[in-house]
Amino acid sequence: MAVEQPMRTSAAPQGDQTRIHDIGYRGYDGPRLGRSYARLSLYSQSLRGAYGLGRSLKSKVLPMLLFAVMCVPAAIMVAVAVATKAKDLPVDYTRYAIIMQAVISLYVASQAPQSVSRDLRFKTVPLYFSRPIRAADYVQAKFAALASALLVLTAAPLLVLYIGALLAKMDFTDQTKGFGQGLVSVVLLSLLFAGIGLVIASVTPRRGFGIAAVIAVLTISYGAVSTVQAIADAQGSTHTVPWFGLFSPVTLVDGVQSAFLGATSAFPGGAAAGPSHAQGAVYVLVVLGLVAACYGLLIRRYRKVGL
Amino acid sequence: MSPKDPYDWSLTRRRLSGLTTGVARVTTVVDVTVIVTESLSKRFPRVTALDRLSVDVGPGVTGLVGANGAGKSTLIKILLGLSPASEGRAEVLGLDVATEGAAIRERVGYMPEHDCLPPDVSATEFVVHMARMSGLPATAARERTADTLRHVGLYEERYRPIGGYSTGMKQRVKLAQALVHDPQLVFLDEPTNGLDPVGRDEMLGLIRRIHTDFGISVLVTSHLLGELERTCDHVVVVDGGKLLRSSSTREFTQTTTTLAIEVTDSDEHPDGTRAVREALAARGLDTHDGSGLPGAGRILLLTAEGEETYDVVRDVVADLGLGLVRMEQRRHHISEVFHDGADHANAPAAGHAQHAAADHAHHPKEAAGHGG
Repeated sequence: MAVEQPMRTSAAPQGDQTRIHDIGYRGYDGPRLGRSYARLSLYSQSLRGAYGLGRSLKSKVLPMLLFAVMCVPAAIMVAVAVATKAKDLPVDYTRYAIIMQAVISLYVASQAPQSVSRDLRFKTVPLYFSRPIRAADYVQAKFAALASALLVLTAAPLLVLYIGALLAKMDFTDQTKGFGQGLVSVVLLSLLFAGIGLVIASVTPRRGFGIAAVIAVLTISYGAVSTVQAIADAQGSTHTVPWFGLFSPVTLVDGVQSAFLGATSAFPGGAAAGPSHAQGAVYVLVVLGLVAACYGLLIRRYRKVGL
Repeated sequence: MSPKDPYDWSLTRRRLSGLTTGVARVTTVVDVTVIVTESLSKRFPRVTALDRLSVDVGPGVTGLVGANGAGKSTLIKILLGLSPASEGRAEVLGLDVATEGAAIRERVGYMPEHDCLPPDVSATEFVVHMARMSGLPATAARERTADTLRHVGLYEERYRPIGGYSTGMKQRVKLAQALVHDPQLVFLDEPTNGLDPVGRDEMLGLIRRIHTDFGISVLVTSHLLGELERTCDHVVVVDGGKLLRSSSTREFTQTTTTLAIEVTDSDEHPDGTRAVREALAARGLDTHDGSGLPGAGRILLLTAEGEETYDVVRDVVADLGLGLVRMEQRRHHISEVFHDGADHANAPAAGHAQHAAADHAHHPKEAAGHGG
């Protein structure tokens, strides 16, 4: 007594011969997790993308290479320190990122355009905004993702140094304090670099322009500031040196950490040229102001992009 | 249409799947209306994109036709809650676009007119990501992606990077990302753009299936009325941001049907065309030649008043002993709608009942040179 079932019903009559069923279109009545979930998905996709995960093999090469370049010197230092039973690491935790700044800049320059210029160039942005998320969600997800990616890049070598230092049986409290200070410093650096990189990259859909512009802003500004500081120092006006440091991202981070995080300033003129606490407060305000400004600019930019 | 129009009630089911003017909504379609706009206006500093547009769109496939710049994309942006209207209000699925945009965007899909696909990821990866952006959990996103890509006709190629796809395949991926979260309504902006005739037909068939098989309502824009006639239940024509016409597709082609006739010659009537013209004139039917069209001089055009006209033509040709090479409906060119649209705008549903049976000679032959 088999009643012929319409094709759309998926339940095959028992004991029947094998049949191919076209199950047709099935609706979705499961959960819809909404805005915050979508923002989190965009964050994780962007963070993975910043290391080429989930993308082509070719796009994994550069970020992974830069990551290795960041970590290998730390590993060598640790190996030397352990082998020679040194009492202290050859480089301060806070100093490491300043020394490796070229690598960090290169990473920002390559990955910030990857993160936002692609969406602009291939006009994927309207697809995001036709979904529950808004411009602010998009910006938060992208900003957080790049800052996290930078934090991974800058904190990983510090972790190598820290573990190495503990293996070499250096003073625990001393090393932990230094490591903590280093972490605070690279968090600030990651936020600042991610903001600047994204703002520049979000202006152009052309990836090449984005890369060049980010490199220019990060490294040329550092070169110019260092040169001016060196001249000021040579002219004997050492007291002006810290003020010039406000004009490039790297010297900003350097100034903050030499004022508050026990770092030795890399400014020309040495430790004496580092900013005082009052000047340091200005540095902190400028850094936070810049991060906030980058966020504001990004929001404004994406309000306009719309559909 | 008057709310008291008996047709409105007797064929409620059909009317429901349609689109009526704002007045009728009060009577029957209030519960099932998918899109309502009430004197919706959008003004930019230099241009008025929408000018007091009031339409109701019910479930089914609805075409939004207008020349480029007629305000179609602006309307979609407002309906997605992404661009505030200057004046008036609109609801999508019963949600106010001004205040409940996020809820609307969770329930609708959107396929943009332009390219929107990154070339270096596969269709699967891309659509999964877009499903998650719509709030689907990871496993559901993957299942829905596989299902949806199969339904739009992408099989093995879905694992390859999108950069290597043909235009037709890219359009399918764009459609899939609009459908992957099983919306109640999709906005398709010029989905047939850039497709060859075969791809165009396939896309139109797919759009039809979105409603019939998937149960999802569709608002599809085009600047070609001809292709929407075949796909849509209802058509809204806008021009310069104003509503020109809003009626069922049937009415569009049947309120004034132009018949084209071509006959053979015989020994008795060396000029068969002329003989038919004279015989028809004797029966009170005016004809004119289709000058400017291919085969001009051999083709007679006349206005079909109703079903009887077809019989008259058949009898006349038979009486003269000629062969009837063709008798077909000439469909409207979009510009004709623009020309006489003003007359119809206020009475869109007038007199469609008596044309209901005229299904003869249903060979769509579109006049040359569509275009806005």
